[in-house]
Order: sequence, then structure tokens, then C-alpha cells
Amino acid sequence: MIRRVVPAILLLILAWLVVEPMLLVALDAVRSDAGWTFAAVRAFLVERNEWRAALNSLWLALASVVLGGVLGVSLGLLTRLADFPGRRIVSALLALPAVLPPLVGVVAFLFLYGESGVIARMVMAVTGADTPPWRFEGAGAVVLIHATTMYVYSYLLVRGALATFDPALLEAATALGAGRWRTLGTVVLPLLRPAIGNGALLTALSSLASFSAPYVFGGGFRVLPTQIVSTRLNGDIPIAMVETLALVGLSLVALLLASRLGGVGARGAGKGIAPAPKRTGSRRSRWGIALVAWGFTGWLLLPHLALAVVSLVPQGAWNTTALPTAWTIGNYLTLVTDPVRWRPFGTSLWMASASALVAAVLALGVAVAARDPRRPLSRWLEGGLALPWAVPGTVYAIALATMFSMAQPAAGRFVLIGTLWLLPLAYLIRSLPVIGRPVVAAIRGLDPALDEAATSLGAGAWRAFTTVTLPLLGPVLAGAAALAFVTGLGDFMTSIILYTYDTRPVSLEILGAIRQGQLGVAAAYGVVLTMLSTGAFLLAERSRRST
Amino acid sequence: MSTMHLERVAKRFDTTPVVSDVSLAIAQGELVALLGPSGSGKTTLLRLIAGFEQLDSGRILLDGDDVTDRSALERRCGMVFQHYALFPHLSVSQNVGYGLANERLTRVARDARVTEVLAMVDLAGYGGRPVTALSGGQQQRVALARALAPRPRVLLLDEPLSNLDPSLRERTRRELRELVRRTGITTVLVTHEQEEAFELADRIAVLHLGRLEQLGTPESLYDAPATPFVAGFVGRASQLHGTVTGREGVVVHVRAAGTGWRARATGNLAGDVVLLLRPDAMRFAAAGPVAGTIVHRRFAGAHAFYTIRLADGDDVEVAAPPDAAREGDPVRLEPTGTGAHAWDAAPR
Repeated sequence: MIRRVVPAILLLILAWLVVEPMLLVALDAVRSDAGWTFAAVRAFLVERNEWRAALNSLWLALASVVLGGVLGVSLGLLTRLADFPGRRIVSALLALPAVLPPLVGVVAFLFLYGESGVIARMVMAVTGADTPPWRFEGAGAVVLIHATTMYVYSYLLVRGALATFDPALLEAATALGAGRWRTLGTVVLPLLRPAIGNGALLTALSSLASFSAPYVFGGGFRVLPTQIVSTRLNGDIPIAMVETLALVGLSLVALLLASRLGGVGARGAGKGIAPAPKRTGSRRSRWGIALVAWGFTGWLLLPHLALAVVSLVPQGAWNTTALPTAWTIGNYLTLVTDPVRWRPFGTSLWMASASALVAAVLALGVAVAARDPRRPLSRWLEGGLALPWAVPGTVYAIALATMFSMAQPAAGRFVLIGTLWLLPLAYLIRSLPVIGRPVVAAIRGLDPALDEAATSLGAGAWRAFTTVTLPLLGPVLAGAAALAFVTGLGDFMTSIILYTYDTRPVSLEILGAIRQGQLGVAAAYGVVLTMLSTGAFLLAERSRRST
Repeated sequence: MSTMHLERVAKRFDTTPVVSDVSLAIAQGELVALLGPSGSGKTTLLRLIAGFEQLDSGRILLDGDDVTDRSALERRCGMVFQHYALFPHLSVSQNVGYGLANERLTRVARDARVTEVLAMVDLAGYGGRPVTALSGGQQQRVALARALAPRPRVLLLDEPLSNLDPSLRERTRRELRELVRRTGITTVLVTHEQEEAFELADRIAVLHLGRLEQLGTPESLYDAPATPFVAGFVGRASQLHGTVTGREGVVVHVRAAGTGWRARATGNLAGDVVLLLRPDAMRFAAAGPVAGTIVHRRFAGAHAFYTIRLADGDDVEVAAPPDAAREGDPVRLEPTGTGAHAWDAAPR
């Protein structure tokens, strides 16, 4: 009985939270008070600015995939196959952008490359100019930010694939006379194709969903997410819905393309999972490689260094010199001592932890119900869990705002807009795939014989679950929940659409502080978010390794 | 076809010596098995020959050329990996042809060589299949064909049969021996299975803790083990402690378990010795001088192995017809005069 009812209830919850809002968006795009209409669709297609935004999103995604992919794959190969001093530290540092809140990354770029950023100040101090030497704005700036933050997807996936790569394959190629480059081209890269394909997909989805970078640096360069927000602010709701659908459409195209091109995960025919291979060359080549790797790492992390520097400078104390002349930790103290500054932190903390907790419980339930991958129900549950992953955050924010703007209890619709529940609910939905995907994978990786052993020893379903399955899944669950927590903590793109006076989160406070010219405080917020994210990332990594 | 010389080869990982001072000369077309328990350094030695590991000291010569400082790429040894390391994204033909790319062959010549080698391993017509669709035995043969296709100077086999079912293993072993004999290629085989080494190898190098214990034909290892380790590892043997009472040539007279034994001696023995007894060193005899009780009987077809506990608590193993006795029976034994070896009792 329970075995049938619980999955059905879980499926209903997913349908209610994940699917219904999306359907309502689709309906609202072709419906008005007067009935069905294609006026909004027509307006979208006719208006040049509208489809220009869609085109921009598309080529931005392509550029991000190509540049980020080349960077990520090269760095993944370099840190796995080449041995050089400091390899481990470089590998870890390069993975960091995976968890840093996008807005913090963007603000860090602002402080480094922006008109009043560190580099601009240095140039001004050296040349004596009194106007900034450049404006860091437009498509180029956004592409640069995307490539240098989104490489991390290809990087992590390629590293992951290489970790289980059988080094005997490399030796076999060598023994058969293939040199380094031929081995790379004929053995390594073809076998990495699934990882590279999935990396490209993640990059494409992130780029399509990316809001912070185009919002802060885009200038006149509009992409769909920023266009959606501004159209909605202008009150053009139906057109915003069409834009939202267009964005979903582009994401789905990316998904389809990836599944066509990516191929299935081919692994070595050998059964042994061998240790990571290392190539030791001459001393000189080792140090050469080290120089390149450290150089790249330094360049990629430079913005965050700038962020840290700015956070330590007193308000208004750094105007004309290349480097700051006065230092303070006052910006950090303000966050704690000033109730106005602390409030968004408290708000973000409770919203992120509550949503991560509920999402963890829900995702765990779904994972248990979807454990057998052959059951059709499992596929539906899994799909529901994964959908928010493929759909940009902006889209979900719009969809939830639509869904919970009227009372229609029979359809599961309540008025939540303007209350403090809507934003945590959005975080929760966005957390579902973050927690669900690894937990489903982990539960399927458990040996079913463990459960059977518990049963044979007299444990009922519940006891077997709490004493065997749950403890084994615990680390993965905790790690994934930690990642979901930091995602909520640093969220910007759903928050900017759904926040109210009561739920004003840190990200908006950062932006507000920048607008008020209080760069030090904004940077301090950013540094604290960075630290929390790094901590959660390390926790997740450790839990992943311990299982 | 080539000769191979290892001269005082040594390799350590961090501070642990894995291969110590191994010297070995392998004749053209000879098949030498590196036999030893796990941790004996046999796989490391093979990887040193292939060039996947660098020596700490010593030299490796192929056909008299010193290849010690040459990379694996330059040595071009044909190698069959334990898990085969077939390229899973390539077809059977593409795998087999992979090593032919460096030889300036026309496409036709390359295809012909692939076909020829596939026929050699009995896989004619399998070229277009993905390697992942093959059975374990077929994958093993593809790995062999791939290693042989570029006509390497030496063939290195790393536990090539360990991933096969026992029944398939025996057949594959025969086919492998056939193939290696037919191609006449100089071959080094790593194995931890004595039976495999006995059937395949011309000579066997027994390794223990990174050292070469003995190099010889299967018969000489069994009949004249150079060390107690070889005697114990190659073939079955029981151990007794005894005292030398006399000597004639290479044979010593030893008193142990209350009776006299004739044993092959290694070195100049006197006083306390270790006596190693093959299962054929004793037989049941109603009036035999040694008394004991059968504590275990293991049936092995034409004969059975009986473990007999002697009066002083030592266990010895005797081969006899399967119906000779039952567990729990008191028995008496007498030496047969063969199958005994003696060593100095002082720890080596």
C-alpha cells in the first residue's frame, strides 16, 4: 500500500511545483482576458529588439561553449595527465568557480576590470590620466566572464572522466607506437567525448540562463533573461511569457543537440579502475607546465583577489592611487554590527537553509521511490526532479510568480506573491535537481544485496532504510544539501524577480551597496559568500569521496 | 626476432625495493615466464622491460642494443595487458591496425596485415565488430593480435589468461602456446599460476620479494629447486627439520621424523637442515618406520593427497591412490628415496 501511495504523492508534488507553473506560462503566452490570442507571439516575432535578444542569447551560448570548452578541457587534461609542482592545489583552485555565486563572480570582475576597478586605477596612476582607459561593458565583457567562469563544467567533467580512465589504454597506445599527440587525438579525446559533450551542455544551459553578467555588464547588449525582467518591469506580461517560452525552447534545443552529439558514456573495456596517470617529463618541461598552469589559475582567480582587496579598503579611501593606502576590517564588522546590513544575511540564511532542508527530504523520498530505473514511474519522478535543472532560473521565477498570483485551490494555486514564502519556494525547486541527481545516482549505486541482507536479518522496510540505506547515503545527501544551500544563499536571478521587502536577500543588498557607492561593503558581502560557498564545496567533495 | 638481456636490473618505489638485482638472458624465440606470488615484482619487471617504468640501476639490452634509456615509445614491445586495454571506441580492425600507423604501409597492405593477424588468432571476419561486443576470450585474442600486428621484437604478456573462465583458460593456453611457437617471437609472460608457467614456458624465472630465486626449465625447478622458496612455491612440498648423518656426492643422508632420508643437497650441509618432501617422497607401507594419522584427504582424480599428522605434531602430505585410506585412519609411511631436498636450517 505505502509502496504505491508514497510515490504517487511524490509525483503529484513534483507535478504541482515543477510542471504546472511551466504549463501556466505557456498558456499565459497565448491567452488574454478576451480569450486565445497570438498577439504577444506576433509582437515578439515582429519587434526587432525581441528576437535580437534571442539571437544574442544563442551566440553568447555558442561562444561560451567554445571558449569555456577549450579552456576547461585543456586545463582538465593538463592537471590530470601532466605532473608538475603544485598540481593538487591548482586542481582544487580551478574547481572553485563551480560553486561561487554568479553575482559575486560578476562583482569581482567589476572590481578588477571595471572602469573604477583595480586595473583601470593602476593604468590611470601610471599614465596620469584622469578618465578610465576603457569601459568594461557589452558583449565582449560578458563572453570573457562566461568563458573564465563556465570553463569549470568541462574542466570538472573531463577530470572526472580521466579519474576512471584506464592508464593501460595510454600504455597500449604507446607500445603500439603512438606518440603523445596521436594518443591524445585517437584515444584520449574520443573516449572523453561524453564528458566533453556534457560539459558543453552544462555550459550552454548556464550561458542561456546567465543573468548576472549580462545584467551588470551587458549595457545595450540584451539577452533573453535580462529582456524578460525588463519587459516584465514594463508591465508587458504576455510578451514576457513569450520571451520565457523562447528561453525554454533554446534550452531544450541545447539538451536535444547534446544528447544527439554527446553519444553514450563509453568507458574503457578494462574492468580495473586504475590510479590517475602521470607523465613525468624533464625538469624543465615540468616547470614550464607548472608556469602555464599556475599562470592560468592566477589569472582566473585574480578577480576574487580584487574582491578581497576592495573589501579591506575604507569607504572613500582609494581614489587616485594604484594600490590602496589605508586598510580596514570595518566593512566586515558592519555586516554584523549594523542591523540594516545584517538583515539580508539573516534572511538569506533562513531561506537558503529551510529550502535546502525541505528539498533534501523531498529529493530523498523521490530517490527512494525512483530507485529501480526500469520502472516507468521512476523515469517520471526522475524527469520531474531534473526539469528545474534544464530550465533557467529566470523562467522558474516568472512561472512561480504566475502560478501563485491568484487563488484557485482546486488547481493548487494560492496567492503567495508578496508573501515571504514565494522566494524560499523558488529556492526549493531550484535545489531539487542539485540534491536529487547525486542522491538518485548514489542510491542506484548501492548494492541491493545490502537491503536484502538487512531484510534477511529481520529488518522491516523502515528499519532497513534508516539503518542501512540512509547512513550510506548520508554523506552524499549532506554534501548535495550543502551545495543547494549555497546556491540559495547567493541566488540573484530568481531573487530579483520574486523578492519582497521581507525577503530581500544578500545578492540584492550587494547590488544596492554598489549603487550607493559602498564598494567595500559590497565586496565584504561577496567575500563572505565566497568563503561559505567554498566551505560547502569542500564538504560536498569530502562526502563524495568518502562513499 | 630478438634476444633480451637484463643486467642487474633494480627498481624501488619510494624506499621499497620492488625489483632487486635481477639478471636474465633470454634467447631468440624463447618463452620465459616470470612466476611469483603477488608482490614478487614480476609485473614491475615486465613494465621495466616495456619501458613504462624507469630502472634505478642496471641495463636492458634488446639484440645487444642498450635500450635502458629509450622510452616505451621507442622500444615498441608488443604488450598484452592484464585487462587487455582494448580501445573501446574502436572496432576490432581499428584496434588491431592501431600499431601499423607508423609503418608507411599502403591502406591495402595495412588491411591485409590486419586480416592476416586476425586469422592467426582465429577471428577472421570479426574485424568490423565493436570490441565491447566480444566475449572475454575473443577480447583476449584481439589484444594478442593487436600486439603482434606491428611485428614487435618481443612480446610481453601480463597475466594474459587471468580474466578467463577456468575451462576457457586451458584451451586459450594451448592456443597461445601454439601461436607463440609459430611466430617464433621472443616472449616474456607474467603469471602467478605455476600450471600456466609449466605449460607455456621454455624456462621459468621464479621471483620472490623482487629477487630472482631461480631460472630454469619447469623440470629443473621441480627436481632441483635452488631455494626452499622455489621448492615450496613450485609444486607441493611438506617441511621437516632434521640432522645430516652422512653424504655421498650431491645426496645427503638426513635423519628426520625418526627415520633416514636420502635428499638432494644444495651447498655444503652439516648439522641441522630443513627437509622438503614432495608428495612422492613417501608412500604408505604397513611396516613403515614413520607413524601418523590421516587428518585430511583431498581427492584429485587419479590419486588423492593425504595430510598426515606425525607423532611429533608435524604435518606431511603424501600422494597415493584415492582408496588407500580414509580420514582418521592410523597409517605408517616409508621414504621412497626420491622427491626430498635438504637445505641449511639457518634462516636465509
